[in-house]
Amino acid sequence: MSSDAHGAPHEPGHGLKHPYHLVDPSPWPFVGSIAAFATVLGIVFAAHFHNYILLVIGLLGVLGVMYFWWQDVLKESRAPGVHTTIVRIGLRYGMMMFIASEVMFFVGFFWSYFNFALFPENVANAGPHPTWPPAGVQTFDPFHLPFLNTMILLLSGTTVTWAHHGLLEGNRKALINGLALTVLLGLAFTSLQAIEYSDAPFKFWGGGVYSSVFFLATGFHGFHVIVGTIFLLVCLIRASKDEFTPDRHFGFEAAAWYWHFVDVVWLFLFVCIYWVGAGEIAAH
Amino acid sequence: MASTTHDHGHDDHHHDHKPAFFTRWFCSTNHKDIGTLYLIFGIIGGLIGGVLSLIMRTQLAHPGGSLVTDGQTWNTIITIHGLLMIFFSVMPALIGGFGNWFVPLMIGAPDMAFPRLNNISFWLLPPALVLVMIALFRGEAGGGWTLYVPLTNATYQPGWGGDALLFSLHLAGISSLLGAINFITTIFNMRAPGMTLHKMPLFVWGILVTAFLLLLAVPVLAAAITMLITDRNFGTAFFEVAGGGDPVLFQHLFWFFGHPEVYIMVLPGFGIISHIISTFSRKPVFGYLGMAYAMVAIGVVGFVVWAHHMYVSGMEVDTRAYFMAATLVIAVPTGVKVFSWIATMWGGSIRLELPMVWAIGFIFVFTLGGVTGVVLANAGLDQALHNTYYVVAHFHYVLSLGAVFSMFAGFYYWIGKMSGRQYPKFLGHLQFWLLFIGVNLTFFPMHFSGLAGMPRRYPDYPDAFAGWNMISSLGSYISGLSVLVFLMVIVRVFTSREPLANNYWGDGATTLEWTVASPPPFHTFEELPRVT
Repeated sequence: MSSDAHGAPHEPGHGLKHPYHLVDPSPWPFVGSIAAFATVLGIVFAAHFHNYILLVIGLLGVLGVMYFWWQDVLKESRAPGVHTTIVRIGLRYGMMMFIASEVMFFVGFFWSYFNFALFPENVANAGPHPTWPPAGVQTFDPFHLPFLNTMILLLSGTTVTWAHHGLLEGNRKALINGLALTVLLGLAFTSLQAIEYSDAPFKFWGGGVYSSVFFLATGFHGFHVIVGTIFLLVCLIRASKDEFTPDRHFGFEAAAWYWHFVDVVWLFLFVCIYWVGAGEIAAH
Repeated sequence: MASTTHDHGHDDHHHDHKPAFFTRWFCSTNHKDIGTLYLIFGIIGGLIGGVLSLIMRTQLAHPGGSLVTDGQTWNTIITIHGLLMIFFSVMPALIGGFGNWFVPLMIGAPDMAFPRLNNISFWLLPPALVLVMIALFRGEAGGGWTLYVPLTNATYQPGWGGDALLFSLHLAGISSLLGAINFITTIFNMRAPGMTLHKMPLFVWGILVTAFLLLLAVPVLAAAITMLITDRNFGTAFFEVAGGGDPVLFQHLFWFFGHPEVYIMVLPGFGIISHIISTFSRKPVFGYLGMAYAMVAIGVVGFVVWAHHMYVSGMEVDTRAYFMAATLVIAVPTGVKVFSWIATMWGGSIRLELPMVWAIGFIFVFTLGGVTGVVLANAGLDQALHNTYYVVAHFHYVLSLGAVFSMFAGFYYWIGKMSGRQYPKFLGHLQFWLLFIGVNLTFFPMHFSGLAGMPRRYPDYPDAFAGWNMISSLGSYISGLSVLVFLMVIVRVFTSREPLANNYWGDGATTLEWTVASPPPFHTFEELPRVT
């Protein structure tokens, strides 16, 4: 953030005397907020009245707004002199801050986990000798599917780095192969997680505090894996259209950062909840 | 609309060309217009919240009041009053309103870093307000603004209005988060050449620290209310004792957000007050770096004091001792702020213009609230004072007097800059004195009722508390009157014809917003200023 970078002459083709991007008016924020309204009210109606219409409309609206909004961003990124060096630095700050806030969201769930796992006496009605997991709860074998999933995510961290090196060195084949492999590994993770959920030795609804913590922590992680996979898939499509260059590929970098974040969250989930927090192992 | 994006970067930007009505106000990507929307929204939220407080003071004016006798309705009014004032008045006005207007102007940037994101930050708020109003009119928000479980679980607030309330906080939270990301990026990335962090105006410092607090605190609230929503609707048991859950866990998660939240509300105000005191003392602010880092210190320490709200929730004595010590530490940077404001005035050439009067009023009421905060920080004393009107008096002195006085101070300081018209002096001073007398009459006696043991959140009380309660209610009507005067001020501002200079405050006002016209053109700093 040296002030020199800001005072330096900026890239040509801009027509302005500053290096920033003044965005044209856009309908997507307004439409998006209405869609978000419909979505949350839709969840309420679904939960209370089993009416899913508003929820479906809201979700479609949110997805549509995401599509068109980011399409506009990509258009702007291709226009000359819009995403200047400084604007790209700003996008980096934005993504970093977003990931920081996501970290704090997971802190909330890990907080609940540790509140019970480190202090089993906080579990209500736990009896005179509280334990974690609570008495009677059988857990997954951490070195069965969860460990395989750990390996899959760690491997996907290397494949995305392979793709990044391919991109930096102008090796398009490595970029596309690396990205495609990462997406496949992401899909593999999600599939294995789905299999694991369907085999869970505890139920979600009414399953008590262990299943609540387990399913919401791993469930929100799984949701982030899906989001990250889509993000990487979009990068794969953009890579196949040759939209990245060795010195301009922030979309790819953001996806890779996000993917590493998802990876790290999983490592904490694996170590804390699956491994250290393992109780009596359920039969497979 | 998507088709209009292809040509940007080529035209339109150099001219003071405003888009048509719908595009300008609903599809805005202009920090000043979005700031204006936030200010209008904050005023609306404050008016609704204010009406609720008048209803409450009318009920409590004398024992056995008959306006609101149903406990659930009463508690719903209390809850919604708190949420409206925090999330729909103070935060939109101070952060969204003044932050949007003046952060780019003060750092010499042409706009915010992410103008489209800025617009969705605003537009998520009206739906959130609708959801809050649903909870109010359905009478399903009886848990208090702290949303403590079990008061807010499916057993005690079973209706869908309770879920609407929680989702309202989700939307308001997303709004705050995106706004925080935007402010941090703008401040780090878009300062004019030569404006190092250590030359940055204190209001910008205040917004920067506030944005970090939002970024790190709001997601934890999001996690907590998500767990509450799944507890209520989808069979989980985070806080449900029947399933092994822990209600105190909710309090921890809530206050980990809730305590930084109180600094979120007041730090931007600190910044505004610093500028006003400096301007009208015609002196640079005393101890600039100390003032900036005092805010940073308040922000950092503010994250590790949350359980002082939970002294009676059954924590160990050692834990309480820690939270008490940590809380008292906050008095140090806060003292740095207050004494530096006074030292700024010391030996200055003081002009008692209206914003300065509000700023001095702020120092008075904020210091009073801060002092009772030091009292309440003591775990031993708080056992007795917890959930009494003493606490109500304390947080209203720092917030509904402190934060609100800083809002009005900022309004009168900058309304000429924002609108190009000056406020009517007499009405403005009248509003100040009405509000100053009104709120002090309302809240000062609450210290006495609280010390005498009057508990919060009840629609009635024993006859012994009648005297001070009558005075509190009278005070609230005077405050209500001051709000009417404020509305008259707004009307007079917009019917005024008096043109204003760029820097209508003169020598003391040294920040960059005083170098542009009043009102500023649609786009400012198209050529970046150079700061030396």
